[in-house]
This record gives sequence, C-alpha cells and structure tokens, in this order.
Amino acid sequence: MKSKTTLPISYRLAVTSRALAAVFGGYLIASLAAVCMALWLPTSRADAVVTGMMSSFVFYLLAVLWCFACRTAWRAWFGVMLPTAAFATLAGVGLWMART
Amino acid sequence: MKEGFRQAMAWLHTWVGLIFGWLLFAIFLTGTLAYFKDEITHWMQPEVQAHPLDDARSLTVAQAYLQQHAPDAARWFITLPNSRDPGLSVMWQDKLDPGKRGNFVQKVVDPVSGEAVLARDSKGGEFFYRFHFQLQMPHPWGRWLSTLAAMVMFVALITGIITHKKIFKDFFTFRPRKGQRSWLDGHNAVGVLVLPFHLMITYSSLVIFMSMVMPAPIMASYGADTRAFFSEMFPATDNAPALGQPAPLQSLVPMYTQARAQWAGGQVGRLAVNNPGDVNASVNIFRAGSDRVAQDFGSMVSFNGATGELLRVGGGQSLPALIGGTFYGLHMGHFATPVLRWLYFICGLAGTAMIGTGLVMWLGKRQLKHARTGVMPYELRLVETLNIASMSGLLIAIGAFFWANRLLPASFAERSDWEVQAFFIAWGLSLLHAALRRGRRGWIEQLSCAALLLGAVPLLNAITTEQHLGVSLARGDWAMAGFDLTCLGSGVFLAWAAWKMRCRMAPQPTAERALGLNLTREAR
Repeated sequence: MKSKTTLPISYRLAVTSRALAAVFGGYLIASLAAVCMALWLPTSRADAVVTGMMSSFVFYLLAVLWCFACRTAWRAWFGVMLPTAAFATLAGVGLWMART
Repeated sequence: MKEGFRQAMAWLHTWVGLIFGWLLFAIFLTGTLAYFKDEITHWMQPEVQAHPLDDARSLTVAQAYLQQHAPDAARWFITLPNSRDPGLSVMWQDKLDPGKRGNFVQKVVDPVSGEAVLARDSKGGEFFYRFHFQLQMPHPWGRWLSTLAAMVMFVALITGIITHKKIFKDFFTFRPRKGQRSWLDGHNAVGVLVLPFHLMITYSSLVIFMSMVMPAPIMASYGADTRAFFSEMFPATDNAPALGQPAPLQSLVPMYTQARAQWAGGQVGRLAVNNPGDVNASVNIFRAGSDRVAQDFGSMVSFNGATGELLRVGGGQSLPALIGGTFYGLHMGHFATPVLRWLYFICGLAGTAMIGTGLVMWLGKRQLKHARTGVMPYELRLVETLNIASMSGLLIAIGAFFWANRLLPASFAERSDWEVQAFFIAWGLSLLHAALRRGRRGWIEQLSCAALLLGAVPLLNAITTEQHLGVSLARGDWAMAGFDLTCLGSGVFLAWAAWKMRCRMAPQPTAERALGLNLTREAR
C-alpha cells in the first residue's frame, strides 16, 4: 500500500481475490442467511421472508469487512466458505423438512 | 495488508469510496433534490395554478371529467391535489389485457374550472427522483447499479466509523484554512453530524429494493410462485371482474367521506375506479403516504361503485412489514412537514458534501507526492477530471435542465425529453472541459458557470413567466418563491466557492505549485 509502482503483481492478485470473495462470497452468505431465516423463523411465511431479506445486508457487510480485515486472501475465502457451508446445510434441512 | 484492523478498514474505505464516489455523489445530490420534487415540478409547470384545497370539489370535477372523456375505460386513477402539489391528476387505462399493459393517458385538470390544464410538457422534479435510482439506464439495470452503490455506501460508512476511532472528541476539532487537514475535519464533521441520517438513508435504500436484489428467500419459501408472496405481503385488491351490465357509477364523494371516517380523519391520497359504468364497478381509496411515517401500501378502503356499499377495509401490518414500511417511509419523507423537509434537504446536502470532500481528499493526498516535479501521473489526472465533472459538472447540468425548461418553446416536439437531453449534454460538455482545463482552473471555471446558471434562475423566471419573485411572494406561493430563492442562494454560494479558489490561486503563477506548496506545509 506504499507507492503504486512498487506493488508486486502477487499483491494485486491478492487484492483482486479478496474483492471477488467479498462481492460474490458476501452475496452468497447474505442470500443463504436470508433463506435460513425465511425457512426457520417461527412467524408467518411472508414475515419470515421479509425479516430474512431485511437483515441479509448486515451479513453481506460483515462478510465484506472480514474479507479485507483478515491476514491473507486464502483466509478471506476460507472465512467466506465456512459460514456458506453452515447456512447451506441449515437451509437444505429446512427445505427438506418443508417438502416432507 | 499486514497492518492492523483499523488500517485495513481505512484502506477499504479509501478505495471503495473512490470507485463509487462519483456515482454516489450524483445519486445523493439528485436524491436530495427529489425531496422537493413536487415544488420543482410546480416551478417547471407554472401553468398549473394553485387553488385552496377542497377535496370534495376536486373529486366531483375529476369524476365529471373522466365520465366525459373516458366513460369506457377499464380503470381510472385520481390523485387529489395537496399542499405541495397543486395539480389534480387523472389517469385512465383503456383496456385491461392480461399479460399486456394497456396504455395510460394522464391529464392534469384544473380543480375549479374542470378543464384540462395545458401545461408545458416537462418531467419536472420527477426526473431527479427517477434518476437517483434508475440512473437513466434501461430497467432494471439502473436499479441494480444504484442498489449496489447503496451497499458500497453502507460498507464505506461502517469502515469510516471504524477508521475514525475518536468519533466524538474529533468532532469538536475543526482546523480551518489548513488545506488537507481542513478537508479531513470537514469530512469527519459532516459525516458524524448527520450519521443517523446517513445510516438510515443507506440501509433503507437497500430495504426498498430488497425483493429485487435478494430474491433467494422468496424463492426458497414460495418456490416458483413468487406472486403469492407479494399478494400475501400486499393483500391483493382482488376486484370483481366486469359483468358487462351497465350501471351508473355513484358519486365518489360519500365514499371519500366514509373512507376518511375509517382512518379517523386520515387523508386520501389516490383513488382507483375499476370498470366504471359496470354493475361490478369497484372503488379503491388509498390513504395518503403523508399521514404516517411507516408506509402501508395495503391501507385502503374499497367500495362497490354501483351501489356505494363498503366492501373491505385493508391495512394493518405485522411487525416485520411495519419495520420495512418505516424504512420506506423514512427514506421517502412523504410525512415530512416543511421544517422537517428542509432538514431532510440539509442532511442530504451534508451527505453529498461528505462524499465530495472524500473525493477531494483522495486526490489531494496523492498530489502531494508529485508537487515537486509538477508532473501528474495519468491516474491522478483521470481522478481529477472525474472529480471536476462529477461535482461541478453535475451542478451545471442541473442548471441547464432548469434553463431548458424555460427556454424551449412549449410547442416543441418531445419537449420533456429535450430538457433531459440538455441535462446530459451539459454534463458531457463539462466532462470535456474538465479533461482540457487542468486543476483549479477547471474548478473555478465550472463553479463560476454553475453559479451563473443557478444564480440567474430568478431573473430567467421573471423574464419568461409572470411568476417572478414579487408575484409569488405577494401571493404566498412558497413553492415558486422558494425555488427561485434556493437557486439564488446556491448561485451565491457557488460564486463564493469559485472566488475562494481564485484567491488561493492568485499569489502563485500556477495552480499546481500553489496547491503543492500549501499541501507540503500541511504535511509537516
């Protein structure tokens, strides 16, 4: 982050990687968190969906902050994938229960 | 990124702020203007006369007009005049084709004479309102881009708060006339002072478009039938279909009175009449958004139009819907009284200023390094050009939009489109100018141009209409007079800014050196 001319290519790639993790990974986390709330909240169906959508942006924000605060770009991806997997499992169980 | 948490957040704040700053500046400024969109429309269509409000008279006039001009329409819409918008607007749709949207015809009717008002064709304040979330892009891309910008703004706000640790102590620190330091103090002061507004306006813009940008939960709960969600959220106005047997429509006034009684005297915003002239005609009366903070789209009373019988009273929200409606209502500010509306306007300007000072600081800090050599790298030149065009250029474009409204002849074909063209042509020219004229010179020239355009608006209004300040003030037409005075005030402020920049430039032969020396002194 010193002078622009001295930045190595690896640094630029790492920043790009973090940005991708933040934008797409963050959206994935936000969406899945919202889906979990929509499926699991003990309110009416419409209310659960609205609550999920309304609070999803906070999850997005936290994911973005994490992606740029952690020490390496690999950690950024790891930190995005872990909650994604957790939310996806929870959402999957919820969907399966709704089906049966 | 091996530094601490706060440095990382400062880095993120700096770069997302730069990349989206120009777009956000335009969204904030046009959105701020949209708080006065009715007043702007009133100025841009001076032919629409304001009359003392009388809903019963307006309603009778509207019904008679529609009965005469559109007796066979599928639907009528009537929007009553209010203290901000003096126009009685009627709209009708000829035929309801399932899957296809019939053509709407809209007219503004004089609520006293009952004749259609021949107002000049103009988008008015609606242009700024639409631009601030559609960005003049095809649907739905503009909405997506502006919502993305809102998310970036949210990130920039939170990272800004984290960066700025001594938030309250620093708030009382303002170091004027210290170049870069003053810009930072100013940036922090406006940022912190209206922080609740910033957080509200940013988060609410995400909530407003949440079903568009975050559709996954709807699909998960409702499957392919996403319509079911919307009809559960906004209870469908399942109006009875037309039977094909003619029956005269009852007078709308008693239904209006009954509807208001249902809301303990609440105001009526809009009426919709389905199948007027049929035995199955239905009248839906919607409550005005200005009645309460939280928007409730379901707040309406419906009647059978042929018998006048009350069918249904809609409204009432669950807690999540109420929270969402409150976000919506707070963002739009329909409920705001004049004082509160000005507060909204000032907060919006403060937000715009926060974004602007941030962009100026980004460039100023980096120009320091190149002050000695006087040669600026290409990237900094680009940022400088975009800074000038996005800020002072936008002001020129707004001025050009108002001038086009008064100078284009009323008979001009596609007149309202040409007003919008004037806006974008002026903005494009300012970009070209900023690319050719460097640094402070570009700023001074563009700010002077904007000052001239906006400052002369009252004069232009006096020459081209009979609604000059003497008339509007004497008649108490505060929307008209307020518009003229606000433009004059903005013109004076911009002239002051241009003059200030000129003074700074004068002692040194070149702009770059003056700026550079100032900044090196600050940096010690």
